[in-house]
Amino acid sequence: MPGLEDLYREIILDHYRSPRNRGELDTPPASRTEGFNPLCGDEIVIYLILDDPSKGDQAIVTDVKIGGQGCSISQSSASMMSVTVLGKTIEEVHQLTQAFKSMMSIHEHDIGGDGSEAEAGVGAVSGVENPSDAVSLGDLEALRGVVKFPVRIKCATLGWNTLNQALDDLLNSSV
Amino acid sequence: MSLDVQAIKADFPLLQRQIDGERLIYLDSANTSQKPAAVIEAVDRYYRTHNANVHRGSYQLAVEATADLEGARAKVARFIGAPHAHEVIFTKNATEAINLVAQSWGRANLSAGDVVVISDMEHHANIVPWHMLVDELGIELRWIPIDEQGQLDLTDLDRLLDGAAMLSITAMSNVLGTINPLDRLITAARAAGAAVMLDASQHVPHMPINVGRLGADFVAFTGHKMLGPMGIGVLWGRTDLLEAMPPWIGGGEMILNVTKTGFTTTELPWKFEAGTPMVGDAVGLGAAVDYLEAVGLEAIRNHEVALTSYAMRLLTDRLGDQLHLFGPSEPAQRGGVLSFTLGDAHPHDIAQVLDQHNVCVRAGHHCAKPLMQVLGVGATTRVSLYLYNDESDIDALAGGLEEASAMFAL
Repeated sequence: MPGLEDLYREIILDHYRSPRNRGELDTPPASRTEGFNPLCGDEIVIYLILDDPSKGDQAIVTDVKIGGQGCSISQSSASMMSVTVLGKTIEEVHQLTQAFKSMMSIHEHDIGGDGSEAEAGVGAVSGVENPSDAVSLGDLEALRGVVKFPVRIKCATLGWNTLNQALDDLLNSSV
Repeated sequence: MSLDVQAIKADFPLLQRQIDGERLIYLDSANTSQKPAAVIEAVDRYYRTHNANVHRGSYQLAVEATADLEGARAKVARFIGAPHAHEVIFTKNATEAINLVAQSWGRANLSAGDVVVISDMEHHANIVPWHMLVDELGIELRWIPIDEQGQLDLTDLDRLLDGAAMLSITAMSNVLGTINPLDRLITAARAAGAAVMLDASQHVPHMPINVGRLGADFVAFTGHKMLGPMGIGVLWGRTDLLEAMPPWIGGGEMILNVTKTGFTTTELPWKFEAGTPMVGDAVGLGAAVDYLEAVGLEAIRNHEVALTSYAMRLLTDRLGDQLHLFGPSEPAQRGGVLSFTLGDAHPHDIAQVLDQHNVCVRAGHHCAKPLMQVLGVGATTRVSLYLYNDESDIDALAGGLEEASAMFAL
């Protein structure tokens, strides 16, 4: 059995105890998107502002706030994600998302589009070359140990899935 | 009389399993119970020696398999005090049993504006089937609230039941452990002219029940929480109601005759058992009933009250005001289910730390999200006890909880 130290790295506990970008934004101008983990009841609320949605994937994340409640893995992952994506273009956010999911052993072709990542993660082929491996995840690397605890992968990806839902909604509504 | 828990533990092969050289501490029986060797062997024996399809073949094996299925039904009927074995309908689980009533009795007896009363402490299995009828038929759903002690608040019971067609309520909460006052609820529902269904999934495995005397119309429970296999549940219903109800799932086994223009249904219980039934699971459930009767439901109940009392005392002593325990403070008013929050630690993280000590508990909303909203929490950690648990299991739990509490303090 992998040890707890593989999962609960100090930086994860730090983000759990002192979550970054915690709070709400006025809607509008911000968008508000909720994400749920139906298995455990965890929820993430993401408030997001882009500089100009009409720029498509070159639009820049100018503000992000995180609400909701959940375990240390879901909350720290969302906290670190918020720090990482602030100031990035949507294209860069997508690359980060892909890199993060790849670290979680989730590869896009494994995903059924219904959020069934955890199952995909268990049987995912490791060592597959992925162009997004080149993207630096920074502090998010601390979550690498989550992959040894397959039931927690959904906790780690909840914030990311919610963010991508928020981006999709924003871009679609600006078309 | 106290249980010989060491001897009981020895009857459960899975409890002998070690992980990383340490014993397993199983505290999730409200989720599913472990199975004694007698149950596993009964299922094994069925498939090795008697397996054939039932109610069809004329050869010896088919006769034996049919006798196995109907013998299991008779055991279950006796165990719950059912007046007739044909009132015991085998389903996949308790969820399917409740859905059977909602879909069959509900569609035949309910229409727009009719009222079904449930409570704030229901499992999703006794919420969603009624939500579906709200959407489909336009029925009204009313909720009996709970008080600070996690007991039903019956102040407005008569008003809530006024004009109601059905009271469908849990006999014992899978989250709070609360044992509900069934006599009072059933009497009030009867007076209001409402039918009564009990979700007894947490009740039947842990304490005696007599459906013949209780006065309810339907009682639903599941086999896998009472030492039986997964894949079999039970709906008990009163003969007159079951006979008047239309079939729900159609197919083989449930018909008397089929022509190109229609069908007629067969008699109870098979009218509600379309298709090949889960004979092996039924045999396993029968063996589970035998095991529970040999130990004695009264003895199991007394053991669980004593162990619940020990757990409440020990956890309160060791964890102090970090611990927030939900449900009745008096152990005799509850089953062996303890839901709690612990300081700033999230239930998932607590369960993860406990897992390192081979302590199995459930973390989450326990399929009772409306109750979580009433309690004002997103999730709880839940410990649930059964006949094979003892004080050493609780001691191991307490140690793991102390570690989790320290690790996740903000």
